[in-house]
Amino acid sequence: MKNANNNQSRRSFLKVTSLTGGGMMIGFSWFANLIPNEAIAAATDKMDWVELTGFIKITPDNQVKIFNPNPEFGTNVMTSLPMMVNEELEADWSKVIVEMGDYDTPRFKSQFTGGSRAMAMAWKPLRTAGATARLLLMQAAANEWGVPISELTVSKGVVMHKASNKSANYGALATAAAKLPKPEKVELKKASEFTLLGTPQKNKVGKEIVGGESLFTLDYKMEGMLIAMVIHPPAFGMQLKSFDATEALKMPGIKAVFDFQVYKDGYVKAGFDTRAFNKLIAVVGNSTWEVMNARKKVVAQWEPIQDTKEMVMARGGKREEIIPAGLESTENHLRLMHEMQKKPTRVARKDGDPETAFKNATKVLERTYTAPFLAHNPMEPISCVAHITDEKAFFVAPIQIPEMMKQNIVSNLDIKPEQIEMKLARMGGGFGRRAYGHYIVEAGHISKRVKAPVKLIYTREDDLTNGIYRPTYIMTYKAAIDKDNNVTAIHVIGGGIPESPLHENRFPAGVFDNYLAESWDMPSNITIGAYRAPRSNFNASAEQSFLDELAETVGKDPLDFRIEMLKKAKANPVGKNNDYNADRFIAVLELLKEKSNWGSTASKNAKRGVSAYFCHASYAAHVVDVTMKNGQPYVEKVVTAMDCGFVVNPEGAKNMVEGAVVDGIGNALYGELILEKGATVQKNLNNYRIIRHREAPKKIDVHFVQNNIDPTGLGEPPFPPVFAAVANALYKATGKRLYNQPYLKELGKV
Amino acid sequence: MAKFQLKVNGKPLQVEADPSTPLLWVLRDHLNLVGTKFGCGVGACGACTVHLNGRAMRSCQLPVSAVGTQAVTTIEGIVSAEKEMHPVQKAWLELDVAQCGYCQTGQIMSAVALLKSNPNPTEAEIESAMTGNICRCGTYLRIKAAIQQAAKSSKK
Ligand code: FES
Ligand code: FES
Repeated sequence: MKNANNNQSRRSFLKVTSLTGGGMMIGFSWFANLIPNEAIAAATDKMDWVELTGFIKITPDNQVKIFNPNPEFGTNVMTSLPMMVNEELEADWSKVIVEMGDYDTPRFKSQFTGGSRAMAMAWKPLRTAGATARLLLMQAAANEWGVPISELTVSKGVVMHKASNKSANYGALATAAAKLPKPEKVELKKASEFTLLGTPQKNKVGKEIVGGESLFTLDYKMEGMLIAMVIHPPAFGMQLKSFDATEALKMPGIKAVFDFQVYKDGYVKAGFDTRAFNKLIAVVGNSTWEVMNARKKVVAQWEPIQDTKEMVMARGGKREEIIPAGLESTENHLRLMHEMQKKPTRVARKDGDPETAFKNATKVLERTYTAPFLAHNPMEPISCVAHITDEKAFFVAPIQIPEMMKQNIVSNLDIKPEQIEMKLARMGGGFGRRAYGHYIVEAGHISKRVKAPVKLIYTREDDLTNGIYRPTYIMTYKAAIDKDNNVTAIHVIGGGIPESPLHENRFPAGVFDNYLAESWDMPSNITIGAYRAPRSNFNASAEQSFLDELAETVGKDPLDFRIEMLKKAKANPVGKNNDYNADRFIAVLELLKEKSNWGSTASKNAKRGVSAYFCHASYAAHVVDVTMKNGQPYVEKVVTAMDCGFVVNPEGAKNMVEGAVVDGIGNALYGELILEKGATVQKNLNNYRIIRHREAPKKIDVHFVQNNIDPTGLGEPPFPPVFAAVANALYKATGKRLYNQPYLKELGKV
Repeated sequence: MAKFQLKVNGKPLQVEADPSTPLLWVLRDHLNLVGTKFGCGVGACGACTVHLNGRAMRSCQLPVSAVGTQAVTTIEGIVSAEKEMHPVQKAWLELDVAQCGYCQTGQIMSAVALLKSNPNPTEAEIESAMTGNICRCGTYLRIKAAIQQAAKSSKK
């Protein structure tokens, strides 16, 4: 049985063309599934200029190439997405070549409303494109052999007609196939018929990676290319006053030193145009080391900024944003956040009568959680190649969402959209940092000015001191408990600088008759942005730590307590907007319980912590085992259960989950960016702590719920619940509940 | 500016650079050997790891003037004369180690040097030899497994 796919609007995103020299090319719309979901939602509601293209190219020499325009920053989309195409195309996967497509002249327009359906949105168009190509090739064979298409079969890129013993490979059929009309109806396989999807497949770019081939923007070279670096103010809340480049210009290999303005006065920033310092000094020269040295010779004067108002384009339209003057500090932030928790705030959701429930409570458990700013620190420092001429604006850019940069480039560099030619390089990590492409515009300005191709390089210090960070957050949870140890109400207040972390409709909303969620935020001049599962990465830590302590307070097993609450939410959901599916959530916890042997004697004796979270349409839960190693708590083993719908590439998926778990452990224990007098204290990887080999667990056991639901988020959802699982296990190991990240600091172990 | 005679991946090469230029930038900018990566520039991440006379070195910390006649090997130089991949690279592929891939050449260079000096490392020895190499994507478990596999395969 096959599923009919009658979605006309999707089919219209397909275009078949002949190739000069023979062969066939199918262009199709390929949705960006790497967009941090909440970031997209925050950016704008409707992005009708979003255009994406993918291509299948089949040449007469039987070479099948899939061009993947999806930016790759390590989530393995260069393998998993072409797998979707090839499931239906049925070319020989071992010979299919995958190449990074360019962000090029748009061919098809599509609407992208963003959010957690991105992966699911790629799911059908990619398979439809593959199926269309296969049908055309089969039709070409049917026409040539004069047999009905229904008598043909396909395997590994060869079309066969059993009865007449005829066969032809795709290459031989492609030229004729390109001239045929698009099939009216395209049927897609059911999950039970998949032969490639759902099987473990190796990274298609693995050889190039281990060989050290030029894949990244930093590796890119072009004729006459110069190296550029920028100098930014030494602290947030400062700006450039004046500078003297006399000495710098005398340095060997230096071509130019000048200041420039990144965004025009009055430019309305969209959600991904975040930039703290609008006036920068550029130093341009022949080689990296020469520019690095000359940069030190520039003498700059800085001055404090005034309170500034800026128009930004955000969810719900244009709004004014205040950038306050002043030099901020972590110490101040913490003080302010604790103060704000006690003030009246905005009520985001209220169910029942929480006030009365709290008044009548026998016991109230109240706990407050905080987390610091975090820097993304993608392994490859920020960079961009630009060559702007009168005719063309050429870029090689590591950017998570190229489309989101278009308006910015067009407006601030005075370039027409059709002049933009952007090569997407493989990214040395992103984690949200490379959604904010101010560096593309900076590189463009510099190239325009020096009239040459330039490669803009940020050093690690540049990015760490001038980043787009995960904000600092606070959250207070209160539970009202009656005389029979029943929880009768929950009250949560979430706030942050400069963004609130609260998701008011997330679990445990929906469980309790009386529920109150409040939210606040406070302006800041520190730039912030999406960071692997934005907001969720903190919410989960507060919520899941609190539920653990609550379970203990009411005398319940922490894992069973969560299942019990979810069962309640399923049987009798409170409120309408609860954003999780209780059944899927329960199933993940049941799977975790089984796979971790939760409840066994050995399990009870181990220093274990559990935590579960739902975000980006997926469910993830962990059990973490902590031991002591050289006097330090050490996360030795993790068992993970996940429901992210159908698992496209189990091997790649496992790798991603392992990475998210390691990242979570590292940030929970060590992650912290401290600010003093407006400047970050940590300036490089020698004092910004990232988890290292010997701190990584010995074992991470990953288990997926098996289902055929369209694939959902995978890179982000396993990350948020790690924090609380670690905190809850640390409590078992040390007897100390932890409320403030990073946990090792609170434990006095650093 | 000064001229330096280097031996890189078995080939004699001449470069003209400021004597203070770290080997990292000589490799990347002057010799176009971009498999050696820039991650921090302060010796804290291992992305720039190369071999100097067979021993792992952070090339961002080594001025070109200090290289002298010592043999420099980069990731581009660890394939065999017949262009066959190094057993460590093969193990990396078999275990599908990489995510973004940026740190992996540095990791491989550290691993190759480790196995050369200690063909049969314990888990603790692997951890301590590799701990200077950060993987921001968190592929540590696979890296360790790949080193163990490479150690096993070269024993055969
Ligand atoms: S770049 Fe040399 S150790 Fe980081
Ligand atoms: S694979 Fe991305 S940093 Fe290691």
